[in-house]
Amino acid sequence: MIIIFGVFVLTLLVITAIAIVRAENLFVAVMLTSIFSLLMATNFFLLDAADVALTEAAIGAGVTTVLFLSALSLTAEREKSQNRAKWLTIGVVSVTAMVLIYATFDKPPLGDPNAPVHQHIAPWFFENTPIYIDIPNVVTAVLSSYRGYDTLGEVFVVFAACIGVLFLLSASKGIKPSVHPANNQGLRHHLIPKVVGRLLIPFIILFGLYVQFHGEYGPGGGFQAGAIIATGFILHALLEGERAALAAIPRSALLGMTVTGAMLYGMVGVACMLLGGNFLDYSVLHSNPVIGQQLGIIAIEAGVGIAVCGALLSIFHAFTARGLS
Amino acid sequence: MIDLIIDTLSWVLLLFGGGFVFVGGIGSLRLPNFYTRMHAASLTDTMGAILIIAGMMLQAGLTLATIKLLAILVFLLLTGPTATYALANAALLSGIKPDTENIKSEETLPE
Repeated sequence: MIIIFGVFVLTLLVITAIAIVRAENLFVAVMLTSIFSLLMATNFFLLDAADVALTEAAIGAGVTTVLFLSALSLTAEREKSQNRAKWLTIGVVSVTAMVLIYATFDKPPLGDPNAPVHQHIAPWFFENTPIYIDIPNVVTAVLSSYRGYDTLGEVFVVFAACIGVLFLLSASKGIKPSVHPANNQGLRHHLIPKVVGRLLIPFIILFGLYVQFHGEYGPGGGFQAGAIIATGFILHALLEGERAALAAIPRSALLGMTVTGAMLYGMVGVACMLLGGNFLDYSVLHSNPVIGQQLGIIAIEAGVGIAVCGALLSIFHAFTARGLS
Repeated sequence: MIDLIIDTLSWVLLLFGGGFVFVGGIGSLRLPNFYTRMHAASLTDTMGAILIIAGMMLQAGLTLATIKLLAILVFLLLTGPTATYALANAALLSGIKPDTENIKSEETLPE
């Protein structure tokens, strides 16, 4: 049954991808990208990767769509038609596709317990997580403790991306928005979205905090929670208008959140070194190494959440506030 | 016996919900203009969602899953119609006129 559903979702993915390539109206392409992300999240969930599915749904289908739409309000609605070098593109894409399909022949079948990926280090993680860290969600243990360096790198990538987008968008002023002047008033005069939105915002943020602090026990963690909380604030900005949103949380505070989150992560690592352990070896944070690990994971997940939320909101405001000035 | 009744009821709800989603899908492809298509599409996230989630709640029984499904249902019932309203409003503001000509010609006003 699950195979049928998987094939169905993958077929829809291919259809959506072709539709994205063929769409000339960029708004249609953005909405199709959102559908693509949602299908991808379903696919991840079918493969039992609930954490990745939650990330894809929150960031891919949620925040990215809003960012694309606010970017579109600064450019044209239609794609520029270009006919040159079409055959070259098709040739490169087909050759790459052939090579990739050829590469899958060597891949072990889906869910094969003897595949190398299930034999190498994964059994060690499953056996030793209850002993060393004692949290039910092994994904969170791998992400924040065993592979803490990688996650630190990811947070700095988010930080660098945020700084890069802010630099690019503040580079030249005075470009007129071609579609619609950025809506100063938000939806303040539309009663129904305003009432429903105000009702939903606290619950969205509450759910974000649940995902943040439940990451040790179920799917979730800092990346997903940061994105969900950011959508709550983006909804607020859409309803009340850009100026009210920036009055509530000024841009400097958002940038401060991004810096604070990344720094918090790094400082936990430095604190571990000062207490006599290795960088990001949380065991020394408490007299009981298991509790030390859990404390460290909660601290760095908080850092990730704050950094992601601040970065996404900074990027959003960078796009929407550009049409205003 | 009671299990059989609950199971049957839940499958009836699921099938009707699926039927509404299907009708909504056909409607949003086949109906003549934007507003009627949107009307058909809104059927999927109100009636379709209510029936399917009610059916799933009966399948789950009195567990935590039922409460989560109820929360999802409340969320969908708040957001779905709001999104439809916002979409219709945006369409009206951007100048898509509701197709009123057909209605006038077919409607026979009482004398």
